[in-house]
Amino acid sequence: MDAIVLQILNGLDKGGAYALIALGLTLIFGTLGVVNFAHGALFMLGAFCAVSFKKLLTLAEVTKVPSDLGFPVTKEVFYLEKWFGQTGLTIIDFAVPLAILISIPVMILIGLAMERGLVRHFYKRPHAEQILVTFGLAIVLQEIIKAIFGANPIPTPAPQFVSGSANIGEWLGLGQFVVYPWWRLIYLLFSLSVLAAVFSFLRFTTWGMVVRAGMQDRETVGLLGINIQKRFTIVFALAAVVAGLAGVMYTPILPPDYHMGMEFLVLSFVVVVVGGMGSLPGAVAAGFLLGILQSFASMNEVKSIFPGIDQIIIYLVAVIILLVRPRGLLGRKGVMET
Amino acid sequence: MAKFLRNDLVVLAIFAVVVLAMPIWLQPLGAGYPDLLQRFAIYGIFAIGFNILFGLTGYLSFGHAAFLGVGSYAAVWSFKLLSLNVIPAVMLSIVVAGLFAAVIGFICLRRSGIYFSILTLAFAQMSYNLAYSVLTPITNGETGLRVLRADPRVIDGMLGVDAKGVLVTDLFGISMSGYSGFYFCAAMLIIGFFFAMRIMRSPFGMMLKAIKSNQNRMSYTGFNTRPYALAAFVISGMYAGLAGALLAATDPLAGAERMQWTASGEVVLMTILGGAGTLVGPFLGAGIIKYFENIFSAFNQQALNQAFSFLPEWLQDIVVGVISPFVGEGWHLTLGVVFMLIVIFLPGGLMEGFRRLGRLFTSGGNGPDRRKAASPAAQPQAAE
Amino acid sequence: MANLSVKDVSKSFGGLMALDQVNLEVTAGAVHAIIGPNGAGKSTLLNCFVGRLKPDTGTVMFGDQPLLGLPPHRINQAGVARVFQTPEIFEDLTLVDNVMIPAFARRDGAFKLNALPSLSKQTDVRDHAEHVLEDVGLADSRNAIAGTLSRGDKRRLELAMCLVQDPRLLLLDEPTAGMSRADTNNTIDLLKKIGERGITKIVIEHDMHVVFSLAHRISVLAQGTVIAEGSPDEIKGNPKVQEAYLGGTH
Repeated sequence: MDAIVLQILNGLDKGGAYALIALGLTLIFGTLGVVNFAHGALFMLGAFCAVSFKKLLTLAEVTKVPSDLGFPVTKEVFYLEKWFGQTGLTIIDFAVPLAILISIPVMILIGLAMERGLVRHFYKRPHAEQILVTFGLAIVLQEIIKAIFGANPIPTPAPQFVSGSANIGEWLGLGQFVVYPWWRLIYLLFSLSVLAAVFSFLRFTTWGMVVRAGMQDRETVGLLGINIQKRFTIVFALAAVVAGLAGVMYTPILPPDYHMGMEFLVLSFVVVVVGGMGSLPGAVAAGFLLGILQSFASMNEVKSIFPGIDQIIIYLVAVIILLVRPRGLLGRKGVMET
Repeated sequence: MAKFLRNDLVVLAIFAVVVLAMPIWLQPLGAGYPDLLQRFAIYGIFAIGFNILFGLTGYLSFGHAAFLGVGSYAAVWSFKLLSLNVIPAVMLSIVVAGLFAAVIGFICLRRSGIYFSILTLAFAQMSYNLAYSVLTPITNGETGLRVLRADPRVIDGMLGVDAKGVLVTDLFGISMSGYSGFYFCAAMLIIGFFFAMRIMRSPFGMMLKAIKSNQNRMSYTGFNTRPYALAAFVISGMYAGLAGALLAATDPLAGAERMQWTASGEVVLMTILGGAGTLVGPFLGAGIIKYFENIFSAFNQQALNQAFSFLPEWLQDIVVGVISPFVGEGWHLTLGVVFMLIVIFLPGGLMEGFRRLGRLFTSGGNGPDRRKAASPAAQPQAAE
Repeated sequence: MANLSVKDVSKSFGGLMALDQVNLEVTAGAVHAIIGPNGAGKSTLLNCFVGRLKPDTGTVMFGDQPLLGLPPHRINQAGVARVFQTPEIFEDLTLVDNVMIPAFARRDGAFKLNALPSLSKQTDVRDHAEHVLEDVGLADSRNAIAGTLSRGDKRRLELAMCLVQDPRLLLLDEPTAGMSRADTNNTIDLLKKIGERGITKIVIEHDMHVVFSLAHRISVLAQGTVIAEGSPDEIKGNPKVQEAYLGGTH
């Protein structure tokens, strides 16, 4: 029982990331009809928003101070510490959550630029060309990041006071061994609230209603005289923000490097396909489902029965789903079937 | 001229001369050394094969590197168990990759469009992940599979051929390294090109193009499209297997990274860059990408400073500063940018570009009448 | 020669009855027109014949072969060819290629790995294709790309693609829609000419001029059921038909 709860918990934070990325992919696909292979890059850019923000906060004044060695050595003092003392250090400690604030406008700008500059011109082109051009863009974006930040993962820890683990087992009355890192719990709650925000936005505002109608039947909505184009641009930006936020908060779990986006992209596409192309709830459900499945597959008990299952479980599920239920778990019929 | 090029043997002869003479005409371009030439030929084969699937039927596979990898492993196993001779290795690789492609193709082709792409991607990723984990006894995991002195090599043993000194693959005594290796790869490329040409100009090739154009109509016209697509898939898988075998033959080491999806992406780039669906485009794309990968990644800050040392210093700094992110380590950035530009402005690839240029010249010289004849799309519509 | 007999075919989409117990008997060699107001289920019926849709109940027999449940290519191989409402052609290929492809289907069957022989040596198929293109009056643009044709010409091309197969049953879904009067008359002449070859034809058409120039028998479909059937003369005065058409307008 303990082990099962633990595995479910372990799958949930990863599942949250999958769900957030897959949600954006589905939104873009459902409204704009574009297959965005650069979506993983948006996740990666979000993570590097956090990295850059942290870099910005930790800009330091370099001074030479005399030392016992008999010659002066360089000493770095963070400007924030110098100016604000302990408060400054706390701000630095909270770099990751604070990065959310700057990542939102940054991701909006990136999203707008991508949609206006590139994706818009590919609405009417074949899906293969959309895949190819966004794939090219993803390469460009990740190489730019590599040129700036280098190829190595950059550790970006969570704030000190949530660095430990939550003893969830005790809360649930399950014993000592069900512990779960605080930050991953926070990530899970964070992703759930972002998901809730996006869904209620789409559900309860007229703006969202039009978007959902557009996902059902683009031409009709266009005929109603609504400027669907403008809304689509905003949808793209929204999806970019969601992916970016997923990336920002993921940095303490996985030190970001330039190709993390590609890895998540491949998995997120699988998630979208499993959930059902064009279905938002499907994307979310499949995201969590696959995250949990993945964590179960990596249990030793499972691995001893099916060696290597942890490596392929997600793909295997995708293959099976596509073959027996081509439209995915919650997908509509006939989407993208040609 | 156009009629002349319709003759298979003429085209083949021109292609063979161009390929075999590569060591000569690529010398001034700084690419006349065997290692790179081998890669031109090998990735040319890979791309030509990929084009039979993607260029003709329009099915975009994102998992073709799996077949390349399987071909490599099969070849190294042949070197280990059978013989250091490349002939059995090549044959085994083609057969194994073909069978593997038949199984995967059979499953993936039950879907089309992006679902097909995702399925192929999923299978390739599974192969890659498994090669690194549970299949380690076959693939030797991260270390990669290599030829050892202690390997049995049954055929060599029976024939009394014993590997002396370093273990190198050979073709009846001719070592497969250096120029002889290149000529072997080139011969394979020419044979592969010949078959690809025959396929494209056969009724079968016509059916594949028709599937790309309108699969529905194909069904209502009485064709069972799935075996056609599967045949194309298997053939292209066999080409990939051959390419993998040659990679192993010129350097007897097989690693799982060859199967990663970025490697699958690379062959897509090659095919698109050169021109999907054209005869020589994929080879051209493969050559260009491998050439610039080699040239660009060799450049570093120093080399750049040297190259632009004729400029005044301040200008040199600016030029070098602008260019340096695109070369050396940043070569993939250049590749990404070029690739995007191609997809945006020239979806037909470089071959389409050449055609447009050619049309520009013919129309410039001969007036508008000639232009219509040169382009079927511009022909006047039949009078109603 | 075979009859097409349709028995009790029903098809509903959601709760909507698109076809309700349709019965139809088409005699070999005849031209049978199906008319009816918009939304009567005419195209749905044709879709059931070629395997695009599977009816909920009923049987469709072509001679002694059941057509229901067969995949489209098997139905075609049984001798049924169809011209669609929006022309389904190979837009990226030349006219000759467009017509050669169905000719190959007739010659080689549903699948043949004909990968090494050269196309240029398939003179029998090419000659046949060019001959049929001549029949439909498109011989002059045989090397044009099909996508560049006018809508009327695309229809004629699609007709050629069907005729080259020498089908036993030809289904025509509004073969003259969107054509000028002159083009329509050309098409009628063409269809009459191929009528002499004895191909059984089912024609869906709104243009009564076309229907009454071609059809031997007419079935009237309204709201998913056959409300009248008979010779053109019998249909002309039928009050039920009048009601269906006039009733459908408001």
